[in-house]
Amino acid sequence: MSLYVDVSKRFDNFICSASFEINNNRCGVFGPSGSGKSTLMYMIAGLLQPDSGMIRLDGETLFDHVSGINLPPERRRIGIVFQHAHLFPHMSVRKNLLYGRKRILPEERTIQPERIISMLQLEHLLDRGVRKLSGGERQRVALGRTILANPRLILLDEPLSGLDGVLKYQIIPYLQLVFARYSIPMLLISHSLQEMRMMTDQVIVMRDGANAEPVATEELAKTSLGHGGGGFTNLLNLEEPEDIGNLLRYRWGSAHLLLVKTDDPAAGRYSLNSRDILLFKKHPEAASARNMLPCIVRNMYETDWLVGIELDCEGNTLIAEIVPQSVQELDIQPGSEVIAVFKASAFRKLY
Amino acid sequence: MYILSSADITAISLSLQVAVTTTIITLPAGFFMAYLLAMKNFRGKALLEGLINLPLVLPPVVTGYLLLLLFGRNGWMGKFLALFDIRIIFTLRGAVIASAVVGFPLLVRAIRIGLEGVETQYIQASRSLGAGWWDTLFTITIPLCSRAILAGMTLMFARSLGEFGATIVLAGNVPGVTQTIPLAIYQYTTTPGGDRMALSLCLVSISLSFIVLLIGEAANRKLSRRRG
Repeated sequence: MSLYVDVSKRFDNFICSASFEINNNRCGVFGPSGSGKSTLMYMIAGLLQPDSGMIRLDGETLFDHVSGINLPPERRRIGIVFQHAHLFPHMSVRKNLLYGRKRILPEERTIQPERIISMLQLEHLLDRGVRKLSGGERQRVALGRTILANPRLILLDEPLSGLDGVLKYQIIPYLQLVFARYSIPMLLISHSLQEMRMMTDQVIVMRDGANAEPVATEELAKTSLGHGGGGFTNLLNLEEPEDIGNLLRYRWGSAHLLLVKTDDPAAGRYSLNSRDILLFKKHPEAASARNMLPCIVRNMYETDWLVGIELDCEGNTLIAEIVPQSVQELDIQPGSEVIAVFKASAFRKLY
Repeated sequence: MYILSSADITAISLSLQVAVTTTIITLPAGFFMAYLLAMKNFRGKALLEGLINLPLVLPPVVTGYLLLLLFGRNGWMGKFLALFDIRIIFTLRGAVIASAVVGFPLLVRAIRIGLEGVETQYIQASRSLGAGWWDTLFTITIPLCSRAILAGMTLMFARSLGEFGATIVLAGNVPGVTQTIPLAIYQYTTTPGGDRMALSLCLVSISLSFIVLLIGEAANRKLSRRRG
């Protein structure tokens, strides 16, 4: 996908002016609320007309102020998954799913509804009214409905922020599965970098209605802008655990990690805050923390008041943040060997 | 025994004709106006709104008289229609126009409230899924405010059944031509010994209004069930 955007729109007390070009299928627009993300999304989708500028998708001009081109939304073939799903309340799940599909040419209907229904596990919901669905189910239907319209680009507008706590990230595997299977380009609009990191490779940061150059999502995550001052969050893919009495042992690449027991131990994505990791020069003989991993310092970078240490743990990457004094006292440099120590309770399961 | 005369039956039939015709022909215009007022911002919106609502606050006789000036032999609409040999005053068309103008604000108001309750995201979702403006109007917008449309139509129908003031001025009280139920009742009450006949037509009027309300309520319930 190649998307070129150079637009501006003026409101009473706000100007949104964005200019960027992206060629990546997994992109995001990141920024706090009120930064103009949604305005930008509406302009790309054709639901809001920019005052000036140009929008091009895969070489086709969708909007051009100078030559007066402004394709209506139904001809742009850009799907939107709204924050609150916005399924049509007067239709069943099945009718919602097929609404867009019925409106494209038969030869463009390359995605089989049965496949999407089974991928999103919607079989048992098809004849239900949409009011009886849970938040996660609604988002899955909204995603299916958008994909079946066979769009060239899907805009995801804060798709997770309408969902609560534990269930919040459960839709992510569905999103990843579907986007990978059909290689549909997407633009994720979100104020949560955690979501960005799970879904995108490249991010455009918006602030006060203007954008910066696209950056790699993981690079942004290392900055305080990315993590909101709370420290970098390590995202770990852990495999099926093994019960060893009071703890669970997970495989993390070739390394093993010990985690406290939970109700639903399973393989998945876990988070570990970089500030919950202690670094030792020598192996601590006795400590209450259950995880002690020998690592090699691969890289170092400065954040606002701390130093981020990128560690190589048996081929896995882990980032720890420590104060500059500790770096000096332990004489940590790229290539140094350290022991990363963290508690079995420091992890949080995301999905 | 209250027996209806053949003139009464004609009055009932004329009333129904006026109410049905008025409701049907004002619906598209009423929806259009409600759509404009609910969804669009434009210069002179307040003025248009005031103009539409004017018959609601004016005495119907005044509305009827203004219509008479407009559609009369010397009124500019009257002159224009005369070119096509169309007469409004003292005809059933006049009764329909009088009812339409008087009931229009009720119709527009009801639909407008319904349209304002339709979240724009539904419309935006539909457009982004490939549905054009008209497609979205008929498959999303109208179904989502169908109950409001029904409420507006019920009000319009009931108002037309009972219209008196504007009708008597514009269409007159011509038995068999423009004499609807309210006009017939009025005539009975001004005729010595007509009380009984007036009362039987009153009963008919009450029954008709009640039936309209019942049908409206049943349809409303059906629509609300469909939306689950």
